[in-house]
Amino acid sequence: MDVLLPRSLDEALAMKAQRPEAMPIAGGTDLMVEVNFGRLRPPAFIDVSRVPELSVVQQENGHIFLGAGVTYAAVVVGLTVCRPLVQASRSVGSPQIRNRGTVGGNLGTGSPAGDALPVLAAYDADVVLRSQARGERSMPCGTRNAMVIAVAGLCLQVDEDSRRVKIALGSVGPTIIRAREAEDQVSEAMESAGVWQDRTKRPDDAVIEEFAGRVAAAARPLDDVRGTAAYRRHACQVLARRALSWALDERALPSWL
Amino acid sequence: MVVRTRVNGEWREAEVWPGSSLLSLLRDGFGLYGAKNACEQGECGSCSVWLDGALVCSCLVLAGQAQEREVRTVEGLRDGTQLHNVQQAFVDAGAVQCGFCTPGFVVAVADLLEKDRNPSSVTIREALSGNLCRCTGYQKIVDAVNLAATRLQART
Repeated sequence: MDVLLPRSLDEALAMKAQRPEAMPIAGGTDLMVEVNFGRLRPPAFIDVSRVPELSVVQQENGHIFLGAGVTYAAVVVGLTVCRPLVQASRSVGSPQIRNRGTVGGNLGTGSPAGDALPVLAAYDADVVLRSQARGERSMPCGTRNAMVIAVAGLCLQVDEDSRRVKIALGSVGPTIIRAREAEDQVSEAMESAGVWQDRTKRPDDAVIEEFAGRVAAAARPLDDVRGTAAYRRHACQVLARRALSWALDERALPSWL
Repeated sequence: MVVRTRVNGEWREAEVWPGSSLLSLLRDGFGLYGAKNACEQGECGSCSVWLDGALVCSCLVLAGQAQEREVRTVEGLRDGTQLHNVQQAFVDAGAVQCGFCTPGFVVAVADLLEKDRNPSSVTIREALSGNLCRCTGYQKIVDAVNLAATRLQART
């Protein structure tokens, strides 16, 4: 086994082009467990934890660019403009894990339990990919398989501009799930009740209950050692009701508060 | 591969299997046995050290990732024969039972007090959420943190 230590993104991409079988490693919070337990023996690791281009966080034209190597600890401290991602990042592991684990690693591992992934899905994040051969390309935050840690996770966004409530679920199916029917129902109910026009208004409790039920119905959970499918579905309903209520409470506050 | 790392202020190097963890480099390469090998999956915090100033589980860092970097371990806390404030507080509060988790806790508590000299009980519990103790039930450990914080504030 070799360990390659690039000091720039170009150098890392050149190494990957030359050794396609080499596996990138950043925080190691998933990969090192596999190595320690003898389940993973790649021919080479490329340590991308010191590639400066990957630890960049910047805002441009209303978008946030988050480098794949930005740790959860760095998100908590530095990305206060994106509260959902801060909240999700704070819920990851422990201080030790948050100091190492990265949002890019969450995508690379592709577990439906990845704590940052519902946020990326709810915000329709694009993933920017780069290789030496193909240059740079962008793809929507998609869906993949596996499972670990979290039992249920949820990110809800109230998008005032497009007048849409968006909601993404984690750990309750083989992929991250967008509950589109629930999104349609609540967004339309808020439209007809004039909630979008007046931030102090709220939809009826019945609307919120129906929304929570539809979110739970969108989940495709399984039974495993960490929880039953019934518990996960119930958790989705409770989380959806709470998240929407909190978001509605918050949008009713004056902007200076 | 040969890994060269600055450990507790001193440059050291050792030959390791490239898939080794930083924990293995410290213990088997450098003979520093303070960081303990327990879960090897970042759950228990017994192997906590600082890597370039950040509290990490050394079992989850590839040894090569510490190449030319700064590592601080529990062995670096003592000043000559004088125990570090956190170490002394653990002794005085009776926060040590079997002692296996203690080095990891001491490092995590020292990290906490470097950031917050007067942590609330909620902060203490959250800051130590990555360290497991199977003996104490944690209360004596929390007492030790409060004792160390009180002594730290009295000093200045």
